[in-house]
Amino acid sequence: MTAYLLKRLLIGMVTLGVASVVVFLMLEVVPGDPARLMLGMNASDAQVELLRDQMGLNQPLVVRYLTWAGGLLSLDFGKSYTYSVPVIDLIKERLVVSFPLAIIALTLSTLIAIPVGLFAAARRGKAADTAAMAVAQVGVAMPNFWFALLLVYVFAVWLRLVPAGGFPGWGNGVWPALKALILPAMALALPQAAILARVTRAALIEVLSEDYIRTARAKGMPMRAVLWRHALRNAMIPVLTIMGLQFAFLLAGTIIIENVFYLPGLGRLVFQAITQRDLIVVESVVMLLVAAVVVVNLLVDLSYAVVDPRLRTRQ
Amino acid sequence: MSDAAPHREETFGDLVGRALANRSFVIGLFITLVVAGMALVSFFWTPFDVTRLIVADRMQPPSAAHWFGTDHFGRDVLSMIMLGARNSIAVALVAVVIGMGIGVPLGCWAAARGGWIDEALMRFNDVVFAFPALLSAIMITAVFGPSAVNAIIAIGIFNIPVFARVARAGALSIWPREYILAARAAGKNKTRITIEHILPNIANLLLVQGTIQFALGILAEAALSYVGLGTQPPMPSWGRMLFDAQTLMMVAPWLALFPGCAILLTVLGLNLLGDGISDIFDPRARRRI
Amino acid sequence: MSLLAIEKLSLKIGSLPILRDIDLSIAPGEVLGLVGESGSGKSMTALAIMQLAPASARAKGRITFDGTDILGASEQQMCALRGDDIGMIFQEPMTALNPVKTIGEQVAEGIRWHTRASRAEAEERAKKILDRVGLPEQKFALSRYPHELSGGQRQRVAIAIACALKPKLLIADEPTTALDVVLQAQILDLLKELVSENKMSLLFISHDLAVVTDMADRITILRQGTVIATGDTAQTLSEANHPYTRQLALASTHVPARVKPHVDNTGADNLLEVSNITREYPGRRRSLFSRSEPVRAVDNVSLTMKPGASVALVGRSGCGKSTLARMILALDTPTSGAIKFRGMSITGRSEADLKPARRNMQVVFQDPYGSFDPRHTVERLVAEPLHLLERRPDRKERRNMVARALHEVGLSRSDMEKYPHEFSGGQRQRLSIARAIITRPKLIVADEPVSALDVSIRAQILDLFAELNHKLGVAYLFITHDLTVARAITDDVLIMHEGRIVERGKTAQVLDQPTSEAAQALVSAAPDLHRAIARRLQEQG
Repeated sequence: MTAYLLKRLLIGMVTLGVASVVVFLMLEVVPGDPARLMLGMNASDAQVELLRDQMGLNQPLVVRYLTWAGGLLSLDFGKSYTYSVPVIDLIKERLVVSFPLAIIALTLSTLIAIPVGLFAAARRGKAADTAAMAVAQVGVAMPNFWFALLLVYVFAVWLRLVPAGGFPGWGNGVWPALKALILPAMALALPQAAILARVTRAALIEVLSEDYIRTARAKGMPMRAVLWRHALRNAMIPVLTIMGLQFAFLLAGTIIIENVFYLPGLGRLVFQAITQRDLIVVESVVMLLVAAVVVVNLLVDLSYAVVDPRLRTRQ
Repeated sequence: MSDAAPHREETFGDLVGRALANRSFVIGLFITLVVAGMALVSFFWTPFDVTRLIVADRMQPPSAAHWFGTDHFGRDVLSMIMLGARNSIAVALVAVVIGMGIGVPLGCWAAARGGWIDEALMRFNDVVFAFPALLSAIMITAVFGPSAVNAIIAIGIFNIPVFARVARAGALSIWPREYILAARAAGKNKTRITIEHILPNIANLLLVQGTIQFALGILAEAALSYVGLGTQPPMPSWGRMLFDAQTLMMVAPWLALFPGCAILLTVLGLNLLGDGISDIFDPRARRRI
Repeated sequence: MSLLAIEKLSLKIGSLPILRDIDLSIAPGEVLGLVGESGSGKSMTALAIMQLAPASARAKGRITFDGTDILGASEQQMCALRGDDIGMIFQEPMTALNPVKTIGEQVAEGIRWHTRASRAEAEERAKKILDRVGLPEQKFALSRYPHELSGGQRQRVAIAIACALKPKLLIADEPTTALDVVLQAQILDLLKELVSENKMSLLFISHDLAVVTDMADRITILRQGTVIATGDTAQTLSEANHPYTRQLALASTHVPARVKPHVDNTGADNLLEVSNITREYPGRRRSLFSRSEPVRAVDNVSLTMKPGASVALVGRSGCGKSTLARMILALDTPTSGAIKFRGMSITGRSEADLKPARRNMQVVFQDPYGSFDPRHTVERLVAEPLHLLERRPDRKERRNMVARALHEVGLSRSDMEKYPHEFSGGQRQRLSIARAIITRPKLIVADEPVSALDVSIRAQILDLFAELNHKLGVAYLFITHDLTVARAITDDVLIMHEGRIVERGKTAQVLDQPTSEAAQALVSAAPDLHRAIARRLQEQG
């Protein structure tokens, strides 16, 4: 098992390395000079040249990459071109919004999807199953930002239960902050829950046709007990895979959703940075999210090994 | 142990019969054809000319003249949705073609060669998958400038590993079959076996994945246009229409309703179609999402 | 008073009738053999008794078990019966156990469910029964997972699960079909012992008449969902009143009439020379940087074949015989050693250089369903090897060649436009042979070519092989675990064990007087219908 996990860890690290090169090169080719951007249009060429030297922009590509990548490892992402503050501070400030949002959404999605999947699989082919899957089918097709608009319309504009957007900050109490995150989290979670519920159901149905399910039933266990004790754990393997993939999806989703709800999270930060050509901020946020995906995939690999004993001894 | 009835697999007639009996397939095909038809018609005719802004007609609720109402520039929403369909389909379709065109050969090649080539391709896939697709599409369009073409490229790139993975997995399940061994014993090389035996046998998997990626492409294009990084005005796009509608939602909710429904229906239709196809070809195969 | 009585049981799946008016009964402590070819409905009968038939199945008639009306029983009542009063063992041990639960959990689960025993008590009982089925705790801890066990060991676990609560009736559905003969013999012995120790009744389902004769006191023969014959095993089979019974018995022991090959090949050059080949597979990865010793699938094997010879390669599953066959067919490369075919070395050659060899060397596989691309027509499938020919035949010639090959295997020209799924298993195996002979090869390697077929079809295919051997002078390398097949169709035999050839010689001689331990084990474990009937008759006096 350690060999398996070490291999996955190695792959994760290589992935991060390659990703950093890709991100770095991509932003290298962007037109525009950061130094000029920081100094504004009125700056003289000499001033710009001086700043370029200070920022290390005149050094060879490889040196610049290594400096940047080395910085990443020590969480020193450099200074924002437009705000002239360390990028890490900007990120920290925004992460307190985005991170809870992603976690709430993932939890919500899982809590909804797995029971629904179980319920539908246990009643396969019956009306309840058909209805649940029809709703899920619509959920899968729902663009999350449009769903967000509908939620705002219903719960904020019409029922006035929650604010339509903005974020009061955690300093003013947990409840107002959470309240501001409820709708965005639902907008993110429900379409994902629809996908996950379908996967859970399909995985369970697949497992239920296995020979060992028949063995378990031949022992005299009723269908319900077989579903819980034998089917669920085997069906978790594809479900975990999808949950891992969904995390990446959720992260990207937060970027869009934060814009719908005017939440001061990473997504807003990225968009502001893009419009202001503050590329170092874009680079850093992208790398941070890629790292998050890699870490989550490692956790998924780890959970495979927990669920499936074959992985623990193989290799 | 078998010599009873011959194994009944599909003949073409059976296939058509099963297709018509499959509810998902029929509904999905219907919706898809309606949307595609709308897009085609928009080349020749739309109810109103959306390039002309008629301020007098602005913000009209749905009526007999304007079925879906008008926007803040007085443009007819139905006409815009028709043009948007063309745009969405074009972007998603080309992105699928890019993904299939590069991904499928890569996946088949990896499966046929195995060894380090296979390993390298899978690791490359890991890298691409580590970038949240939409985030990277945002990055690409941000770097190279927002436009429909860049949106296509951004979405297409992320289709490549998906198709590579599906093709590889499908091919790997075909390679150990005895008929492949028989073909090898008949002296056929790997390229020929891939073309003659592997591709026809994974075509249904690829078709199903194609409809899924098509649907995801439409969602992605809408999201990109919504944040202003996809199709640029004045060309109408569903995502952009939703962005414009957001600030007007209190006064003109129909502006947000109809484009959203258009996206939802199109994606729903494609997903149903994909479900249907996978059921028809292999009733046992459960669809991966 | 019978323990299980089935009266006029009919069963349909959808509109397809599977069983028609089945009658069957088992007395307490009795072993009933249920025999039939595929599609005869024997497994469905077992599932109907357990009420585990697919949801779309509709049953009519009466099944009475120990006073309970099974078809009228509620699911709750059935759950109380299953596993407690009726235990069941299935065919496929590799998939019958839950891969994510330990064997201890899986055996103890049923015990706990039915007896409400505590976890510790149930584990104690699980330990005992696992020990009894030959998995002592010192070697097979309860915490082992199924994937850590071999097929035979897994079947023992499945038996432990089924017998844990000493059911009154044990149903065994083809319990040894997926195992090789030596394992089969061990499992059958274990079943016999358990049945007599616990005074259980046994419903033993099998397609293999010899095995059933060995096991069962009484026998019921099913064909296409109806009972053909039922009665005392030895009597039913020796008298064979019903023509189908006779046909089944004859087919089980069929030996094709073989004319000696028309060429005298003693002086001829060797057709095939295999010298000292070894095939190693990389060992398991122990950590990131080290692997355990490589596994030797084939270990220093040498053999020669003369033109027109028929040679059997016999061994237990996993002995390396298929790997050896693949290397001979140049589908796999030996780690060391050399293979010469018609004087030309075929190891390490490019696909283009191999063409002349491939032309003269074809293959027939085991699975009549898996060996054809479902999307190609018969013409295209059978013609596939033709592109090996020096001169590509044109379309008309090609069609004629395919038609001739089809004719030679007993199919007709009109089959050319069909797809493989339109043929039955036996016909598909004929197609397989047609494909193999179309280039007029000198050698056909046949990997278990009849082991997936029903006995009556098997006999016909063996006849076809024998006829082609004579007519075309083609040599055979028959890979099989079935000694009846080896005896029926080959002159020489090679016994393979753990990657090595441990014994070789004339088939009749080696099989009658085996000298190596491996060959002796194979011979003594092989089921034999005549011997089994004789023994039964003797026991009955």
